[in-house]
Amino acid sequence: MRISDNPIEDSVLFTSLESIADLLRNNPILKTVKHSQPFGDLVNWGRSSALWPMTFGLACCAIEMIAAGCSRYDTDRFGIVFRPSPRQSDVMVVAGTMTKKIAPAVKKLYDQMPEPRWVIAQGGCASAGGPYNTYSVVQGTDLVVPVDVYIPGCPPRPDALLFGFMQLMEKIRKENPYILEERRIRLDNVSR
Amino acid sequence: MSPVDNDTVLVDKVRAAFRDKVISTTVHRGEVTHLVCASALRSVCTFLKTDPDLRMNFCADVVGVDYMGETPRFEVVYHFYSIPKKHRIRIKVRVNEGETVPSITSIWAGADWAEREVYDMFGIAFEGHPNMKRIYLAEDWEGYPLRKDYPVRGYKDRYNPYGVDREEKD
Repeated sequence: MRISDNPIEDSVLFTSLESIADLLRNNPILKTVKHSQPFGDLVNWGRSSALWPMTFGLACCAIEMIAAGCSRYDTDRFGIVFRPSPRQSDVMVVAGTMTKKIAPAVKKLYDQMPEPRWVIAQGGCASAGGPYNTYSVVQGTDLVVPVDVYIPGCPPRPDALLFGFMQLMEKIRKENPYILEERRIRLDNVSR
Repeated sequence: MSPVDNDTVLVDKVRAAFRDKVISTTVHRGEVTHLVCASALRSVCTFLKTDPDLRMNFCADVVGVDYMGETPRFEVVYHFYSIPKKHRIRIKVRVNEGETVPSITSIWAGADWAEREVYDMFGIAFEGHPNMKRIYLAEDWEGYPLRKDYPVRGYKDRYNPYGVDREEKD
């Protein structure tokens, strides 16, 4: 497709693309296909087979997370490829003790992740504060961002982290793949 | 150099130079501790670093202690080590709440972060420090956590539902 120098032509192109998308969206046959069980399963299979976690190492659990990503445990064989940016990732692994000072940064990174997104709380500290029931430690990641999978252990071994990823995959396979879309439509209606 | 010689140098030399500024001196298992006036701290430290027999060129640590109920309430403890002479000395300064201690950052640059840590945890401000602000905790943190009247589990907020209510304390 040629990109023109004329801005008016550009806008025409984009308007037509929008209208084509609208046409596809409202097509009754495509709608039936999209909301059929096998197609939903396919979408969920795609999402669960390429979980890109954001590396968010806070303490000793991060060492286990790194070990899980290396060749002995090798998360790559499940399509779990660690990304250094929240913009490129689907799942945030909160690995380690979260202090009150880092909590705003965790929230910010979670907000920067595109939907759909999931959170794994790795280890006792990230799950519920662990042994640190003290003045400076957040008593659980769920006080900052919603958590999908909690992994106990101090720190959990790489096997446990892999098991957590497996559990998250199971969870994603049982999800309604269009829940966000449906919610967004409802939100749009509210805002209008 | 035997420990006795060390003690003679560490005890007598400092006491002789600052006769009226050293409040007390204790020697326990060969460790020498001088309690000095806060006003004389900088001159004592300069002396420790420059004197050819002492040559304390390494500031190992600066720590704070809270003796709640006593007056003065706080104590700042300095640990110095001499790399060429291989001996240690401990200098203590007592301060009350709200008082400041002269900073020794201009003598040992390594005291910079240690003094900030003491300020962060006890709220003891160091006068003449180039960057006197919190080092570990968030800049909007309220209170000084290592003071004895600060609850171990902290105060209740959105991140810590198990903390103590702020009103409950008084």
